[in-house]
Amino acid sequence: MSIVTVQLGQCGNQIGFEVFDALLRDSHSFQGLCSKRENEAYQTSCKERFFSEEESGVPIARAVLVDMEPKVINQTLSKAAQSGRWKYGQHACFCQKQGSGNNWAYGYSVHGPRHEESIMNLIQKEVEKCDSFSGFFIIMSMAGGTGSGLGAFVTQNLQDQYPNSLKMNQIIWPYGTGEVIVQNYNSVLTLSHLYRSSDALLVHENDAVHKICAKLMNIKQISFSDINQVLAHQLGSVFQPTYSAESSFHYRRNPLGDLMEHLVPHPEFKMLSVRNIPHMSEDSLAYSTFTWAGLLKHLRQMLISNAKMEEGIDWQVRPPLSGLPPLGKMSLSKDLHFNTSIANLVILRGKDVQSADVEGFKDPALYTSWLEPVHAFNVWKTQRAFSKYEKSAVLVSNSQFLVKPLDMIVKKAWNMFASKKECGPRKNELRALVWARLKC
Amino acid sequence: MTQSVVVQVGQCGNQIGCCFWDLALREHAAVNQKGIYDEAISSFFRNVDTRVVGDGGSISKGKICSLKARAVLIDMEEGVVNEILQGPLRDVFDMNQLITDISGSGNNWAVGHKVFGSLYQDQLLEKLRKSAEHCDCLQCFFIIHSMGGGTGSGLGTFLLKMLEDEFPEVYRFVTSIYPSCEDDVITSPYNSILAMKELNEHADCVLPIDNQSLFDIISKIDLMVNSGKLGTTVKPKSLVTSSSGALKKCHKKPFDAMNNIVANLLLNLTSSARFEGSLNMDLNEISMNLVPFPQLHYLVSSLTPLYTLADVNIPPRRLDQMFSDAFSKDHQLLQADPKHSLYLACALMVRGNVQISDLRRNIERLKPSLQFVSWNQEGWKTSLCSIPPVGHSHSLLALANNTCVKPTFMELKERFMRLYKKKAHLHHYLQVEGMEESCFTEAVSSLSALIQEYNQLDATKNVPVQDLPRLSIAVSLTLPCQCSGVISAHCNLHCLGSSDSSASASQLLFSLVTLLDIPIPHVLEQAVHFVACTRHFFFQVFQ
Repeated sequence: MSIVTVQLGQCGNQIGFEVFDALLRDSHSFQGLCSKRENEAYQTSCKERFFSEEESGVPIARAVLVDMEPKVINQTLSKAAQSGRWKYGQHACFCQKQGSGNNWAYGYSVHGPRHEESIMNLIQKEVEKCDSFSGFFIIMSMAGGTGSGLGAFVTQNLQDQYPNSLKMNQIIWPYGTGEVIVQNYNSVLTLSHLYRSSDALLVHENDAVHKICAKLMNIKQISFSDINQVLAHQLGSVFQPTYSAESSFHYRRNPLGDLMEHLVPHPEFKMLSVRNIPHMSEDSLAYSTFTWAGLLKHLRQMLISNAKMEEGIDWQVRPPLSGLPPLGKMSLSKDLHFNTSIANLVILRGKDVQSADVEGFKDPALYTSWLEPVHAFNVWKTQRAFSKYEKSAVLVSNSQFLVKPLDMIVKKAWNMFASKKECGPRKNELRALVWARLKC
Repeated sequence: MTQSVVVQVGQCGNQIGCCFWDLALREHAAVNQKGIYDEAISSFFRNVDTRVVGDGGSISKGKICSLKARAVLIDMEEGVVNEILQGPLRDVFDMNQLITDISGSGNNWAVGHKVFGSLYQDQLLEKLRKSAEHCDCLQCFFIIHSMGGGTGSGLGTFLLKMLEDEFPEVYRFVTSIYPSCEDDVITSPYNSILAMKELNEHADCVLPIDNQSLFDIISKIDLMVNSGKLGTTVKPKSLVTSSSGALKKCHKKPFDAMNNIVANLLLNLTSSARFEGSLNMDLNEISMNLVPFPQLHYLVSSLTPLYTLADVNIPPRRLDQMFSDAFSKDHQLLQADPKHSLYLACALMVRGNVQISDLRRNIERLKPSLQFVSWNQEGWKTSLCSIPPVGHSHSLLALANNTCVKPTFMELKERFMRLYKKKAHLHHYLQVEGMEESCFTEAVSSLSALIQEYNQLDATKNVPVQDLPRLSIAVSLTLPCQCSGVISAHCNLHCLGSSDSSASASQLLFSLVTLLDIPIPHVLEQAVHFVACTRHFFFQVFQ
């Protein structure tokens, strides 16, 4: 089943390009350490999911590109065409001239209604191209104006127009030390709207990915395309084809649905995170070997201690011995060391994957009391390796990981708001919206 | 892509404007090798087929035929504009976009504003409308003028009001040259203060610059070049100091180098909007991020590096120096020291081969030495543009909304009061129809209010930050709320696990109490209203 991606704003479009590029590169430029037949099945599944075919044979990404100013879309389209391996649909983009000025209210209340019809038409066309349609990816940032405001609007519209399809928003959490001054307002407004209309929010934090580039990939001068490539790698390792059950060799038909079924058991808890292991530069990869036991041990500790990468993990953090802390005890002032999960999904790819032992993730101490580990934890194992990694594991989890960053953002937004400062001369709408949202 | 129109008023404005157009042409010539009229060029230039008579010659795509600047040139005496029109840039300007007179404003704001304002009002409107019509999507007016003279200051600010009325959606960015201490115009304090009132009220964003700072920067560059210190050499093609390859050959006037700096400022400001980059910043984002109050829209700017080095691949050490310099008081285009004053917001616009990690590393490094206002501790706006300026491999423009502008304003006010107390030269102004003493007093009180705002902010400088108690609604309720529009109190009831009604009721009470506990006076009224609305639901829960 196919997934249609909506790329919004500069961030969304830049990342979207890297994602499609990574997906295709993995499925076509790499043998996968498995049989040819196996590999071909993988390629077909990947293609069907993310690309549509054209007469010339060049795959066309199932994507709609939206931005309120033309520069980034033009760049993205030309980069894709230049790669020669794939491209975007000719008429799959919508852009305006003026941009949103980092103003959530412009994106949501002005650009949204104004261009609703055109954007939804484009999405409709893309959906109609799919033989069987599974759901949407919406890639957007929270700090800017278009991605955040228009993204929230589009997600809401998708919910109205496609109530039976799933929507997963890929959200980019901005750097803590500021990319945009009003990013906290924009983030709070976006999250509160998305929480009602989206089915799952897969959150990617710029700070975390930046550290991965610095520490694990050893990149000296990190550019946004480096960051986006790491992100694309993480997404690829989740959404590339996986087997549907333990022993069958058919690729899973509806990864989006299965993922949400496992990870979002309760509609009030829909923030998901991705952690993958191993992650390193290509040069280092040539000299490294891995065992499943080692990888899984690290991954488990990354989950428990809320680490985002395999370096600098705090091994002191342990799950509580006598069951769980009672529910109401979530005080944010004391340091929350242990990261409780609601649900976890581990996806393993590569050599000897059947021998991997995931018992460590079934420990009830990791989870809340109202969901048994047998329901809370799932594992998908696939023989075909991902992107040159002989063995790779990725953990998608629904846990407390975002509590601190979220608290920080709300605190900063509140401080800025409660000091009675206007946010620029033309934004009374924004003020009213922020006030309403901060109270929820 | 959006377009911008440059309105250059008075001698100073036109001279700077002329430098600006020269540099803009050179920059686009360096970037646009194929000679195709693209969106980047269209932001400042029109493509016109000069063989077509009249107005219908605009070409929107294809090869560049003849470029016309999106500019309106205004001066009340002919000398400067005539010189431009006889110079090498004459073909860049549209003959229909000029307004000139003969006698000049005599360094008298009142003459510029009241007399020439009313005289040329219709013509001005017509030219501005024309230039706006030529734009597909007009985003911004850039006004360049000086504050100390008569035309730039008086007529320039008259324009502002007109632009606000006619084009309310279009941003007004004003580049104002403030008079230095040793200014040669005696009435410059009067002109400046009268103009400041207009800037306070009608401009979206002001970039104050003064001649003394520009002069100091030029002197520093000359010193570096002449001493040959550290092997630094100024590249011959540097846009900052030299004009080789420029259309204007004569470089004898000292103002030329200074005007070049201001022209560079405008180019760098718009670079991220015109050219591609990994983190774009459009002009509307400048106002959105850097202007927390409508009145506090004065941004101190600094451009680094001012001299190119022989190396193209500059190791990070040099790159970091560029960032450090941006915050030093010697590199500001105004006599101001932002490091020792309070930042309300700061924007770093980087061009060239600089990546996000360089930017982040430098922000982390410099943050501890800078003081930000309590409600905006991480008040940074950043942008990365891939295209460097001509002759450099990278450059940085820092825009700071900082209380360090206060001394400039206070000094201006002082000079004004010295003259005003003696009523010196006042009669020249009062002779003009429409001018009264109240104009002066209003202008001064407007400036005093502005200074007071900055004072209040400065008072919070070293006060420890206290987090205001937040609204913490522990349990939420679904309300069919008919309360006031501002509070659309809107929550979902969810009881995880226990559905103990007494527990949830007490939590509800707790949340209502905290709602009333916020230290913001005007909200109390709303909160009481909220409670009144919810009371019926509150009792329903217990039934």
